[in-house]
Amino acid sequence: MAFSLPPLPYDASALAASGMCQETLELHHGKHHNAYVTALNGLVESKGLSGKSLEQIVAEAGKAGADGLPVLNQAGQHWNHILFWQVMKPNGGGDSLPGKIGAKIDEDFGGLAQFKEAFKQAGVTQFGSGWAWLVMDQSGKLKVTKTPNGANPVSTGEGTPILGADVWEHAYYLDFRNVRPNYLDNFLNKLVNWEKVEELMLNGGLKSGQTA
Amino acid sequence: MTTTTPMLARRGMLAAGATLFATGLFATPRRGLGQSAAPSGPYTLPPLPYAANALEPHIDAATMELHHGKHHAAYVNNLNTALKDHGQLAAMPLEQLLTKIGEAPESVRTALRNNGGGHANHAMFWQIMGGKGGSPSGELAQAIDRDLGGLDKMKSDFNGMGGRVFGSGWVFVTVDQGGKLALASRPNQDTPVMEGQRVLMGNDVWEHAYYLKYNNRRPEYLAAWWNVVDWAKVGERYAAAKAGTLKI
Ligand SMILES: [Fe+2]
Ligand SMILES: [Fe+2]
Ligand SMILES: [Fe+2]
Repeated sequence: MAFSLPPLPYDASALAASGMCQETLELHHGKHHNAYVTALNGLVESKGLSGKSLEQIVAEAGKAGADGLPVLNQAGQHWNHILFWQVMKPNGGGDSLPGKIGAKIDEDFGGLAQFKEAFKQAGVTQFGSGWAWLVMDQSGKLKVTKTPNGANPVSTGEGTPILGADVWEHAYYLDFRNVRPNYLDNFLNKLVNWEKVEELMLNGGLKSGQTA
Repeated sequence: MTTTTPMLARRGMLAAGATLFATGLFATPRRGLGQSAAPSGPYTLPPLPYAANALEPHIDAATMELHHGKHHAAYVNNLNTALKDHGQLAAMPLEQLLTKIGEAPESVRTALRNNGGGHANHAMFWQIMGGKGGSPSGELAQAIDRDLGGLDKMKSDFNGMGGRVFGSGWVFVTVDQGGKLALASRPNQDTPVMEGQRVLMGNDVWEHAYYLKYNNRRPEYLAAWWNVVDWAKVGERYAAAKAGTLKI
């Protein structure tokens, strides 16, 4: 088996009315994500990854620290982008969340507004390239965190990601230029697929189904 | 071609200019008029030394305006904010401050590293562009041949190193006081100046440096960038490095 680029779960133009234009999605999915897949496939043999799941590769590369970075960069980014496409949808966001995820966010953050503020802060303060995350920790509590470059909470052991926002400049430069806070506001208010986030919470996170 | 005498005179003038530039304009706190109102502090955004469209078609005007007026300006503002309650750090020249980050209070360490580095890197960056590419001359050309295998090899190794920076960062040519050159890359806004080294030149490989025009094609940007390098300015920096007056 080899890693493959999953198709977008919507048309590349589908998010344009929600603040993510077709050109952004075409480049981001067809060029950036695809390049991570190609690079990762190129590492399978030399790094002895054959037969391992993407999740296992990400976790092991994270544990390996600096030595694991060449693999983590590509494997982490492959996993991160698979999640990212799934947790967005046309006309997403909004303030009325599905019951279970809404209640859990109220319980663990004190309300949706508080969660959004924490998530936005995580994204804004991730200096350089990286990701903002909503994770479920080992005790089942929801938390917000951030990671640089291709890392993620699977590689850092911080928990199970159920929502992620790409804060590499390629994710927002065509739509929002340098203004990352506006991109994150837009992501939270118009793009998040909360039904998917709830499903990930209830099912223990993303299973990519991808194997080396 | 001109005769020898005017070339020498010109070179002398440039070297004097280089010293002023390297020691005064960017590195010394408390001078110049800030381009942005908020918040006041020791550092100001240096004006672009050429028009925003001067690097067309290789680097587009919109990218230059955002890069200088938004990204670099933010580093300057955030650096001033971080220094607000730290007078001793605020009084240091930037190149010295950058070597003292580990000794700064923990609450401002990250801000100083990211924004102090961002200010130093971008101030250098504007300075060495605005030219028409071509090739270096004189001692700098000899040093490139001696230390980096010649201009073609230097460009290809530099571009390769810039292409391999994963995420945001910079690729540099460093220079020591003996004039010896070396290639280096750093993540985010780190710079070899933080380790007490000196930067001869460098290219920004953050996506904001090229995304509007080149999208994901960083190698194309890296290749095109050489067309806007001002080798005379780089030569001034080389002379300043050897004279011990190059700061950031
Ligand atoms: Fe991305
Ligand atoms: Fe920048
Ligand atoms: Fe930059």
